[in-house]
Amino acid sequence: MPSAIVTRDLRKNYRVASRAPGLKAAARALFNRTYKDVHAVAGVSFSIEPGERVGFLGPNGAGKTTTLKMLAGLLHPTSGEARVLDYEPRRRATDFLKQITLVMGNKQQLLWDLPPAETFALNRAIYEIEPRLFNETLAEISQLLELGDLVNKPARQLSLGERMKCELCAALLHRPKVLFLDEPTIGLDVSLQATVRSFIRAYNERFGATVILTSHYMDDVAALCPRVIVIDRGALIYDGALTELVQRVRPDKRITVRLSRPVEKITLSSLGELVEHEPTRAVLQVKSNALQASVAALMALPLVDLSVEDPPLEDVMRDLFAAQRKGLA
Amino acid sequence: MPLVMLALWSAVARDAPVGAWTSQGFTAYYIVSLLVRLLTGSWVVWQMTMEIRQGALAMRLLRPLHPLVAYSAENLAAMPLRAAVSLPIMVVLLFTNGRAELTRDPLLLVAFPLSVVLSWLLWFLFQAIIGALALLVHSAVSIMEIWFGFFSVFSGYLVPLDLFPPWARTLADWLPFHLMLSFPVRTLLGRVTHGEVSALLSLQLAYVIALLVILRVTWRAGLRRYAAFGG
Repeated sequence: MPSAIVTRDLRKNYRVASRAPGLKAAARALFNRTYKDVHAVAGVSFSIEPGERVGFLGPNGAGKTTTLKMLAGLLHPTSGEARVLDYEPRRRATDFLKQITLVMGNKQQLLWDLPPAETFALNRAIYEIEPRLFNETLAEISQLLELGDLVNKPARQLSLGERMKCELCAALLHRPKVLFLDEPTIGLDVSLQATVRSFIRAYNERFGATVILTSHYMDDVAALCPRVIVIDRGALIYDGALTELVQRVRPDKRITVRLSRPVEKITLSSLGELVEHEPTRAVLQVKSNALQASVAALMALPLVDLSVEDPPLEDVMRDLFAAQRKGLA
Repeated sequence: MPLVMLALWSAVARDAPVGAWTSQGFTAYYIVSLLVRLLTGSWVVWQMTMEIRQGALAMRLLRPLHPLVAYSAENLAAMPLRAAVSLPIMVVLLFTNGRAELTRDPLLLVAFPLSVVLSWLLWFLFQAIIGALALLVHSAVSIMEIWFGFFSVFSGYLVPLDLFPPWARTLADWLPFHLMLSFPVRTLLGRVTHGEVSALLSLQLAYVIALLVILRVTWRAGLRRYAAFGG
């Protein structure tokens, strides 16, 4: 089976006019404008197989959304190649648009003054979905997202979380084969984030759809994406398994211990780097290869509880970008 | 605006007709103008400019339905309600004040709705072209305002065109604006010959085709430049 998504040396430059503030500079800019080329995406190549769930990571302004928009056909690439389901996205062929969806956490497609059920009906007509299939999909999605009676309330009266659930439903009624999700959980509370995550996973497994997700919530990525693509300043800096990335950037583990009585700081810090210390609780950071020895030594202490975890993904990403910037400087 | 002009010109024409227009003639002219404006008016340029600036156009581009078709459908969908509110009032006004001014020529009565449909198309296409320019320039709304200035003068919106001095009349005939208002109004008032009607309907159609081509070119050029900023 051919890859679902392929990019080769994909680039997008924005031409941005720049001028100093003030009236004089404004007048000068009328006649002599200076432009700056911003390389939002500077030669990105990757391929994604059908059914994969891939996290697309990078700091703000790294070029994630620009890449997604090029893949969804909203932006024309400056150069390079993008193919999605063997279509050239920028041509926006009807058959192509019927097989993809782009959900942006900060944009909406629901008709503002009407209940979501009306948007669903409109999409049924626009995407030419068979009534039987439409009802079936709608029932299935409604159940997974617990939409219930929400679909009959005007969209403007829904809470952010309720609206996002309806947005997801509207975006998936035509059963797209490729899902571009740009910050789908932005602004949602923890339990709703979890609902959205498990829904995306269920949809992916049920329909074998390919999913690309960008998110600043590392929990989203950790829960959903076995593979991550990391870009910074428009360039690809990592493409591979999430676990391997963590291994490579932060080859250390965190040991959290709870103690029945206080233990001296010096005893603990001899076993690893002490990250947090309270009288009866401590967090230690140790190299992976020293983990066994440290745990064995800790067993000798008055332990109540001990757990070992990878460092938080946020820390991993911060270290990765810091190392990247240092390398470039 | 037509109502203000109506009051003004019917007062002027109370004692003696102005050109070919009696007081009653003016009344009928402005009421029919208002009717044509209500049936053909759309302000899609505002919607397009706003959606382009705020990035909402992205959501339209994602759907397998051309955004311009969607805009025109939304515009047409507002028509029945607009007509339901305004038509009865206007029909009553027209029949009480200017009935004698309306044409009874069956050919003109058939031509009138046709000319209104083509006027709507012309108006919509002009708006859409200016709206599509918002993809290329910063302030398409200013272009719209200039365009509307020309429209007000040269469409007969403010003054019937035959009251213009000859040179301005000639200019108005060369510009497309009269096809969007003056022509349908004159048709319903029976102030055009059969020959003129067929010539002007063909001219409307020619403009529609030309504008469609221009819109296509502008839209494509705009989308290539579209940056879909924000988010």
